Amino acid sequence: MSTVPGTTTAPGVLERVRGSRLLWPVVALVALVVANAARNPGFVSIRLQDGHLYGSLVDILKNGAPTLLIALGMTLVIATRGIDLSVGAVAAIAGAVACTTIAGTTDPTSAGAVTRGIVLALVLCLVLGLWNGFLVALLGIQPIIATLVLMTAGRGIAMLITDGQIITVRNDAFREIGAGFLILPVSILIALAALGAVALVTRRSALGLLIESVGINPEASRLAGLRSRTIIWTVYVFAALCAGLAGLMISSNVSAADANNAGLWIEMDAILAVVIGGTSLAGGKYSLSGTLVGALIIQTLTTTVYSMGIAPEVTLVFKSLVVIAVCLLQAPKVRERFRRHRRTGPAEPTAGVASWSADTDGPSAPGHPVGQDASPATAPATNASTAPKQKVAQS
Amino acid sequence: MTDTSSTTVAEPDGPGGAADPVVAMRAITMEFPGVRALQDVDFRLFPGEVHALMGENGAGKSTLIKVLTGVYTSTSGTTELRGERIAFSGPGEAQASGVSTVYQEVNLCPNLSVAENILLGREPRRFGSIDMGATRARAAELLGRMGLTIDPGSILAEHPIAIQQLVAIARAVAVDAQVLILDEPTSSLDQDEVAELFRIMRHLRDEGVAILFVSHFLEQVYEIADRMTVLRNGRLVGEYLTTDLTRLQLVSAMIGRELGALAEVERLADAAADDVDGTPVLEATGLGRRGSIAPFDLRIAAGEVVGLAGLLGSGRTELARLLFGADRADSGEVRVDGRALSLRTPRSAIAAGIAFCSEDRKGEGILADLSIRDNLVLAMQAARGWARPIPRRTKDELVETWVTALDIRPSNPDALVGTLSGGNQQKVLLARWLVTQPRLLILDEPTRGIDIGAKAQIQKLVAQLAAEGMAVVYISAELEEVARLSHRVVVLKDRTKVAELDGSASVDDIMRLIASAEGADPTDPSGPDGPSDPTRRSPSSTHDDVVLTEQVAS
Repeated sequence: MSTVPGTTTAPGVLERVRGSRLLWPVVALVALVVANAARNPGFVSIRLQDGHLYGSLVDILKNGAPTLLIALGMTLVIATRGIDLSVGAVAAIAGAVACTTIAGTTDPTSAGAVTRGIVLALVLCLVLGLWNGFLVALLGIQPIIATLVLMTAGRGIAMLITDGQIITVRNDAFREIGAGFLILPVSILIALAALGAVALVTRRSALGLLIESVGINPEASRLAGLRSRTIIWTVYVFAALCAGLAGLMISSNVSAADANNAGLWIEMDAILAVVIGGTSLAGGKYSLSGTLVGALIIQTLTTTVYSMGIAPEVTLVFKSLVVIAVCLLQAPKVRERFRRHRRTGPAEPTAGVASWSADTDGPSAPGHPVGQDASPATAPATNASTAPKQKVAQS
Repeated sequence: MTDTSSTTVAEPDGPGGAADPVVAMRAITMEFPGVRALQDVDFRLFPGEVHALMGENGAGKSTLIKVLTGVYTSTSGTTELRGERIAFSGPGEAQASGVSTVYQEVNLCPNLSVAENILLGREPRRFGSIDMGATRARAAELLGRMGLTIDPGSILAEHPIAIQQLVAIARAVAVDAQVLILDEPTSSLDQDEVAELFRIMRHLRDEGVAILFVSHFLEQVYEIADRMTVLRNGRLVGEYLTTDLTRLQLVSAMIGRELGALAEVERLADAAADDVDGTPVLEATGLGRRGSIAPFDLRIAAGEVVGLAGLLGSGRTELARLLFGADRADSGEVRVDGRALSLRTPRSAIAAGIAFCSEDRKGEGILADLSIRDNLVLAMQAARGWARPIPRRTKDELVETWVTALDIRPSNPDALVGTLSGGNQQKVLLARWLVTQPRLLILDEPTRGIDIGAKAQIQKLVAQLAAEGMAVVYISAELEEVARLSHRVVVLKDRTKVAELDGSASVDDIMRLIASAEGADPTDPSGPDGPSDPTRRSPSSTHDDVVLTEQVAS
């Protein structure tokens, strides 16, 4: 009946770009890079030397790889209405296991030692992911609480493994993961490969649909015959594996395992990256490309703050302002207001006070924008914590 | 109607009508981008009347209400309240001016007390903080005025939905509402609860409140409404006295065509009755679950429609959930095609060819943020497993076939299901299961809250499916539907199966059984959770608890 859309002409490229959720994050990313370049033209210069690419942009990719990896796992967890706070601790554990294993072998420089260290670390991460999934999917504990357990206990476990010491290793093969180059940094190649693999698997198979439907409505999904528990369990295991890999990168980059500071607060960066990328904390639809952009924004922002020489005291405020701006620009209400303004101008009275319920009988319940609205609130907390880690990473 | 108040207002067209309308909307037109939801609609509401707003889903009822309450600003037309032109900026302002709305879904805070809910946002204060004593006293006074005895200090969630609905109404009239809008208030109430609601509505009407009532239940409209306004496709069909309009005339006015569909349902159902063969698709023996439903036996043959009749909370939904594995049985066994099965999860039931449409369409049915296409193939995809996606072309064919067959609108498969009307959401759900080609289809209230046209379509579809050999379990609060469609009717009461009638049973037979059994059985087999005080403690709350824990666990 009254459902014929007003304009059925195919939307132009411009319209599609304008309607895309990714528009503002991408604009923010470009703006950040441009601002940097304006201040310091050397920022965008990239040079090739000895088969390595050098430049600030390359550094951003290299240092952003662990965040991207963790955000990747986090995206799927958040899509199922969950959250995983333990990823930073898991990253620290992975680094600790790998480094102590390598350092403990008879020949710490051998490739065999590296293999053993990596395998052991990832197996342990798998177990930790199973534990998180067990708490959330089987026992039904709220994800934020369930993963808080490992977030707090995890650093203790890492300390036990390293015996409270910072374990340093000298192993070239291990160094490759976090600090190596195959023209581009190896770490970003690993992260992008993981991203591509996840995109391929979830979008080509039906896994993406099943994950989204579990996130949108777990009970309705169960009654439609989905293995909701198994799906939820799986995403936590995957998130832990991503965190483990990121932990290997972090410790590899500095050739050391620091149980206290490796991956400290990286879970907040990851959550922020996911939210900036347009995946709602309320679960459901997720965007992997959004997460990629989000992770790059976070890292660029961090680099910007340092390269611009902004005073450390103002840094956190600056970061949170940018994050709030991006999140606001994505919020459905703000977008709607922009659109109306553009379409009709202020003179003509228009309808959509409540844009989400333009249909007559029984549209979906309001409350969708929760994730968007919530994100600015998390921003200051996040930023208050990123600075120390970055000092470590950049020094 | 019998009382005098209706006669005073029922002649608005007479020379110098007795009263002026409290609400007068003229030539309201409401356009959304690409859609004209209302066109030149006039609407009048008089003090001291119950006025039913009738129309199919999408006729513009909700839009008109939203224009009145200021959720939408109409494209053109005027609205007057007590003779003054108004344009509310939103429901808050409307309420402040005496126009209160109670929506179909109870929009209250379940974790707060009844008193807090009634006075939320306008609590009596003392020394800058909320005066809880005064809040409770004021709430008790309001409830008392409505003739309700609810403890104002009790937590809202402890009460059944029906009571929550009444609390919502108490909240609405707490602001001295002169206009009370009730949008589908009865869709989740059973007969006693509806009677209670109507008592309160009459009470308020006699106090001079103008009540705008929206319901899909024709019988209720005829029982309570003094006048009605009928909309169709966003246009005004007419304004009538209830006594002037027969049911058939009303239905014709609403859907704009003669209603042959239901007669056809009957014919189909009768024809199918002859085709029932003896082989049971499903046979349950002593199946039961403590606190949910007492052990029962049930046989369903291919091509047979078995109706479940009973009041809300009688155990009809619980029975269905056990057959589908949505809840786990703790006694008895189920045989499908003679093979014993353990239905531990919906998944195992689906694998055995059983499908289930929940009565809670939004909570347990549709996935609002997904497209029609994704919703439609979900069950089939889940059965195949994630690693074997349905090929794009097959998917498109399936969607096209079912969207056409069930007349789902809009027909664009990319439309989000959350934006569809209730009837179309129900059709999407039906299609989701029919795609899996089930042997046994369990439908729990498939026609609740949807318009007459879609109701007839769905019933016709059920009759057809049965004629083609599918076994169907059909649950509905509307006994006419159950009696019309079913080859056998299972009557439930107090979470126990009390009788099984054959297809010739009439609505009266079923009602007599439900009524005679009501409250007559002191030995309640449902265990300690059984309802001890039927007036206050509806069994449905137990059911809600079950659902709640299920959700937490999953």
